Amino acid sequence: MDRPREPLGRLGYVALAAFPVAALGVFFVLPVAGMLHRGIWPEGRFDPGAVLEVLGRPRTLRVVWFTVWTSTVATALSVALGLPVAYVLHRLRFPGRGVVRALVLVPFVLPTVVVGVAIRQLVAESGPLGLLGLDGTPWAIVLGLVFFNVAVVIRTVGAAWESLDRRPAEAAAALGASPHQVLRTVTLPALRPAIVSAASVVFLFCATAFGVVLVLGGLRYASVETEIYLLTTNLLDLPAAAALSLVQLVAIVALLVVAGRLRRVPDPTVQRARVVATRPRTGDVPAILGTVLVLGALAAPITALVVSSLRVDGRWSLAAYRALEGKGNASVDGGGGALFLVPVQDALANSVAIATDATWMSLLLGTVVAFLVTRRTRTPAGRITRGGLDAFFMLPLGVSAVTLGFGFLITLDHPPVDLRSSPLLVPIAQALVALPIVVRTLVPVLAGVDDRQRQAAASLGAGPVRTLLTVDVPVLWRPLLAAAGFSFAVSLGEFGATAFIVRPETPTLPVVIFRLLEHPGTLNYQTAMAGSVVLAGLIAAVVLVVERLRVPALGAW
Amino acid sequence: MLSLAGVTVRFDDVVAVREVTLDLPDGDVLAVVGPSGCGKSTLLRAVAGLEPLAAGTVSWDGDDLAGTPTHRRGFALMFQDGQLFDHLTVGRNVGYALRLRGASRSSTRARVDELLALVGLAGFAGRLPRTLSGGERQRVALARSLAAEPRLLLLDEPLSSLDATLRTRLAGDLRQILRDAGTTALLVTHDQEEAFTVADRLAVMRAGQVVQEGATAEVWSAPADPETALFLGYDAVLEGRAAGVLLGEDRDGGTPVAVRRSALVASPVGGVGLAARVVAVSAAPDELRLLLDVEGVGELPAVGAAGWLPAAGDRVTVRVDRDRVAVLDR
Repeated sequence: MDRPREPLGRLGYVALAAFPVAALGVFFVLPVAGMLHRGIWPEGRFDPGAVLEVLGRPRTLRVVWFTVWTSTVATALSVALGLPVAYVLHRLRFPGRGVVRALVLVPFVLPTVVVGVAIRQLVAESGPLGLLGLDGTPWAIVLGLVFFNVAVVIRTVGAAWESLDRRPAEAAAALGASPHQVLRTVTLPALRPAIVSAASVVFLFCATAFGVVLVLGGLRYASVETEIYLLTTNLLDLPAAAALSLVQLVAIVALLVVAGRLRRVPDPTVQRARVVATRPRTGDVPAILGTVLVLGALAAPITALVVSSLRVDGRWSLAAYRALEGKGNASVDGGGGALFLVPVQDALANSVAIATDATWMSLLLGTVVAFLVTRRTRTPAGRITRGGLDAFFMLPLGVSAVTLGFGFLITLDHPPVDLRSSPLLVPIAQALVALPIVVRTLVPVLAGVDDRQRQAAASLGAGPVRTLLTVDVPVLWRPLLAAAGFSFAVSLGEFGATAFIVRPETPTLPVVIFRLLEHPGTLNYQTAMAGSVVLAGLIAAVVLVVERLRVPALGAW
Repeated sequence: MLSLAGVTVRFDDVVAVREVTLDLPDGDVLAVVGPSGCGKSTLLRAVAGLEPLAAGTVSWDGDDLAGTPTHRRGFALMFQDGQLFDHLTVGRNVGYALRLRGASRSSTRARVDELLALVGLAGFAGRLPRTLSGGERQRVALARSLAAEPRLLLLDEPLSSLDATLRTRLAGDLRQILRDAGTTALLVTHDQEEAFTVADRLAVMRAGQVVQEGATAEVWSAPADPETALFLGYDAVLEGRAAGVLLGEDRDGGTPVAVRRSALVASPVGGVGLAARVVAVSAAPDELRLLLDVEGVGELPAVGAAGWLPAAGDRVTVRVDRDRVAVLDR
């Protein structure tokens, strides 16, 4: 029997797949494996005993428990707070909706270090929420995680809600269901896949959060991620770090499998429709109030951040911004010379240059991956290959950036891959961290293209390239630009991996901010605030531009 | 009794429904018919409370329903495509309204089985909507609506997503089920045959307004105007002299006359009738369809006597069946 010809032959598929697989192999699998190898085979001997010993330590258990409970609580809060906002921003019509939608996205792309600083500003004894006494408690960390992640819930669930056909809900109402009953029996079941997706990815982000926990937890509270950092850099206990990395990897793979099962509903086909947003009605008042509350809560830390960057010695001043031209003070009294080799503003320039490189790398890689995993295939082997590739390229999401960064440090500094002094090392690491976001932004769009469009083009005589240009490219360019924006923002704020591999003569801004915070001497603290404001402003601008492109989802996870 | 008075629905600056006034006595089935986009579905949604009124009232037994939200009206709405809840089984779909009211599991199950049997789907309770055919889905949607024991059943093009044969069969079933249940129903459709089969009364809608209303047979035999006649399945509308020639009357300047194809029966030349020439012939399974050039009238569709096959250009004689001709008021 003659099989219909695939647009892309098997050989072409393999050739195309070889490039991203090789890239991920060298720059991800190799470093992470190297890190794990150091831990489990110390001095060349296989020693699983050391790993087991680490897992039995009371401190390890405490760290794991801390990670699990803070992530769970933060996830639950993010979902509870995100749902009404998703409804209001995606189902109701009101002036300024586009701007608000863009603004709620800002916390998500803020550098985690900056988020930590902003939250601390808010809960500090002198801050607006100082009375609650949250400073130095785990609740400050939970607050930070929620602040960071609520946007994921709003965007993921909002995109699903936006295109949810109104008629099943109307049918239920016509059968006598009250608005509350409609929500419980029709709307939430239809949104379940989106909610589960959002919750699982938020949990993932919470469980691997680094900057927020490092800044807010200090030495008292550690999550698995910060503990790996501590074990690696301060205590040089590589077996323990490797053991924790392994635990993290296993837990996250398990989480993704469970989420995949939970997402499954009796009938996955959801009725999609272009739904016109309605004017707010009286029944929407609770959701609107909730939204206003959440928006206020999102704005508060950022406001606190801006205010504290403008307060020097109890007076309003731009001194902190002027100090961006300096190199920081190494000692408390300001007489100990420079903290950095270059001025802080050069770090901003470095960040932008590095993020630019990381963006084109992740776009190139992500586009190829997105094409690979959305190709239609008819054979079971093809489906398995595709599913495997899809999971493989999501791995960077589940592996600690700290592990990745340290892996880079120990594996890519000798032949065959010696990148120690290459300026591309940092961008490559950041591109890998941004890769899942790029892939998840492009995949739903490509998967949504009806294959019959391609078949129609082919039947009219278009070759594979022509088909690509006619059918795929027109729908892809906007998501591609959006992915570029997200990737740029993520790279700009990346801290976990960068902290390890960045060279002292070309630091990035998040790294500089963190070091300034470590040395809270004269003006250093305010300079860190000013740097955070500049970084946040830059990223907010990028996000606002991306939002104008009106790409529906922040990826579908 | 449902009463609509001056009901107007506006979408921004477009008036979708303009000052519709209708009454629907208990136990009756009223069909609102009209071409696509005439506003009939919007009217139905307004009755259900899903579209806000710009003016007018919808009332039940004299109570204005303006402040009553959809779920308190007791009007079940059956959508064009059923709108079954895809995440629930057929049984849970049908039992949805019962469970909302807190009916016990066992009584719900008994009622669901009863309703599924009523719509001819006994034993389907465990199936998922996705696994059903279009006709089966509509039957489930009907059972689900009936389970709510609505004081008024609203049907939005209930059969139009089905193929022709199935539609004819289900229309008959639907009428029987509504009669048996004694349900008051408001049906909206663009298919006049469906309306004729299911409804006691017809309201014809055009461009947002009701142009004619009355008992089904009455509206059918006496359309209010040429456009209504054509919409109701009349094949041609004649005016002036042509109308007079066809009716064999001297009625110059009279009102238009609407003609069904079946009103003109052609046979070989001879006997009483009008002279005509065959323009085109097409054979349908149960009749012979002709296009004739009738002398003094012009081209008209007609049917041929059984067992006879004329060719284009043949001369024939046409008899006119007055029962299938409607003299319009204007």
